[in-house]
Amino acid sequence: MINKGSKVLLEVKNLRAEIARVAGVAGVAGIEILKGVNLTVRAGEVHAIMGINGSGKSTFSKVLAGHPDYAVTGGSAMFEGRDLFSLEPEERARAGLFLAFQYPVEIPGVSNSALLRLAYNTLQTERGLEELDPLEFDDLIQEKIKIVEMDPSFLGRSVNEGFSGGEKKRNEILQMAVLEPRLAILDETDSGLDIDALRIVAKGVNTLLTSDNAVVMVTHYQRLLNYIVPDYVHVMDGGRIVRTGGKELALELEARGYDWVRAAA
Amino acid sequence: MSTALHNLVNQPYKHGFVTDIETEAVPKGLNEDVIRMISKKKEEPEWLLEFRLAAYRHWLTMEEPAWANVSYPRIDFQEIIYFAQPKPKKQLASMDEVDPELRRTFEKLGVPLHEQKLMTGVAVDVIFDSVSVTTTYKAKLAEIGIIFCSFSEAVHEYPELVKQYLGSVVPAGDNFYAALNSAVFTDGSFCFIPKGTQCPMDLSTYFRINTEGSGQFERTLIIAEEGSSVCYLEGCTAPQFDTNQLHAAVVELVALDNADIKYSTVQNWYAGDENGKGGIYNFVTKRGLCKGVNSKISWTQVETGSAITWKYPSCVLLGDNSTGEFYSVALTNHLQQADTGTKMIHVGKNTRSKIIAKGISAGRSSNSYRGLVKVGSRAAGARNYSQCDSMLIGDRCVANTFPTIDVQNTTATIEHEASTSKIGEDQMFFFAQRGIGSEEAISMIINGFCKDVFVHLPMEFAVEATKLLGLKLEGSVG
Repeated sequence: MINKGSKVLLEVKNLRAEIARVAGVAGVAGIEILKGVNLTVRAGEVHAIMGINGSGKSTFSKVLAGHPDYAVTGGSAMFEGRDLFSLEPEERARAGLFLAFQYPVEIPGVSNSALLRLAYNTLQTERGLEELDPLEFDDLIQEKIKIVEMDPSFLGRSVNEGFSGGEKKRNEILQMAVLEPRLAILDETDSGLDIDALRIVAKGVNTLLTSDNAVVMVTHYQRLLNYIVPDYVHVMDGGRIVRTGGKELALELEARGYDWVRAAA
Repeated sequence: MSTALHNLVNQPYKHGFVTDIETEAVPKGLNEDVIRMISKKKEEPEWLLEFRLAAYRHWLTMEEPAWANVSYPRIDFQEIIYFAQPKPKKQLASMDEVDPELRRTFEKLGVPLHEQKLMTGVAVDVIFDSVSVTTTYKAKLAEIGIIFCSFSEAVHEYPELVKQYLGSVVPAGDNFYAALNSAVFTDGSFCFIPKGTQCPMDLSTYFRINTEGSGQFERTLIIAEEGSSVCYLEGCTAPQFDTNQLHAAVVELVALDNADIKYSTVQNWYAGDENGKGGIYNFVTKRGLCKGVNSKISWTQVETGSAITWKYPSCVLLGDNSTGEFYSVALTNHLQQADTGTKMIHVGKNTRSKIIAKGISAGRSSNSYRGLVKVGSRAAGARNYSQCDSMLIGDRCVANTFPTIDVQNTTATIEHEASTSKIGEDQMFFFAQRGIGSEEAISMIINGFCKDVFVHLPMEFAVEATKLLGLKLEGSVG
């Protein structure tokens, strides 16, 4: 789906970021993690960002979403023409940036459907559209859960509480299906998934892909890319993207490991 | 923390204004003369003065309790004004004659005094400082035999009922603060539901402390005769002063055979500022006696205010098959301290009790649940279920649980569950990433946490409680 002429959704230039603080961990503030990241994502594209642990890929996705543990120290990120870093995290989300979490949190006492409806209606309001009442929303959600092959009983349960690893990840994709973001960043959504769950998650993402939106997958493994085929594969190392190629780059990484890329960089 | 959030943190207590109204107060300090003066001002019968003096003499022999998990400077009981009332210009003949300044105060607080405006169908008794200002819907309730009036009025109009039940659930010497209250109580609400009568509307008392340096010592007595039922609501606010004020109330409930009393409180006394300056000391004794068979008393409380809360609404389950319930949300922020819970005393056979307590601590506050479930030797087949959950917001607050279970009958069934959770930054970031702002996120988490309690509040109280919790917690995460 490479389409050079299509609209640029995200343009990251020379992005630098450091750890602002981590609760309970002393002495890490000020450590630079991202050291000049460049990335352009157009509508209709699928990108994969790969790299070893500590290369900065998860940090990159969190910085784009505005996680408070990180501070941007240089560079820029434009999202559909807006300066991403001038927006609060919730404003970025309402603008259409979605992050599927590597470790989805549990929210005891808050039902999945209540959360989804509040998030959906917040977006509707943002877009100048009517909010849906619980009955109308139920019609919508019953369709959406089919995308991730989820049992409707999950809607009444507290968000992620008592969910298995695979169920949590499917729940993330369900949220994506409801919110229909312009750009979805999947942060190691494949980690901890068995093969069936991986297939379901991938099918969900593929169903949601259109020529108007885009997906950035952050992953260690080539395995996910068999199911969601990327247009671009980027290798991140030491806080930079050191190599970009097509889907064949992922296969090469799988076969040869990361060291040759790192050496070449 | 965003600027918007920061501003919300510093949002002032909105009930903190003082009404400029002439008050008449007895000199500060406490001795037998002050008690005689209070009794005389209220034109009380001799037996009530004797009740007060006996309580006072007993109080002098008592020690201030030190077992609660709260700390505060020693209270100088001689620095407190024990009686203050809005100066009456003349005897009030109707609601329309209530001082306009006073009426504006209650309008600001959202308590309507005009019966015409009273669309909610709630009868309200309003206690301003020490006296009851007005009771709405009184005449209408009287038609079906329900007495709902100020305590002072009850003393004059229904002395036999008052004499019969006053101190029958909380004896004058029950504890230090109950004894103090018994000596100096000034007003409060009295409510009597006759045999077989279902009270057709919620009865409500609204308490307001206005005068600086004054204590509030109200006394509430509710009697539900055989087969009757009543739902009673209580709300509280106070102006913002830098000094601490003492609120030591006593509430007594009596439920006879097959009677049902539901008592709900939303307590939002001034809590002091974010550095712990000022605020109300809320040292309250509330107890219900399920005297008759199949009777039921249910306490629901949402405690959000006060610098210090010391309060254990309890049930004595005397009648066979009687039921006691306690549903509580206690929220502390900044430097507030709360030590609250309940006592369920099972005396009769097949008595049942249920305790759901939710504690939310934020800021540098301390929040303790303290509970007693006691099953006496005669209470065959008694059952209790307790659930105590704590939620921590931030990492400088404290939550404690002190449950005591004392069972003297082998046929009893006792269940106790407890949990502790924390609103973390990861949860807040997750909500933000789904487009949901921190206010809504906190309110959603807190409401989820408290829903088992909120469902037991009357609708309008539940709405108020939800808003209140959100307001109290804004900015406490992040």
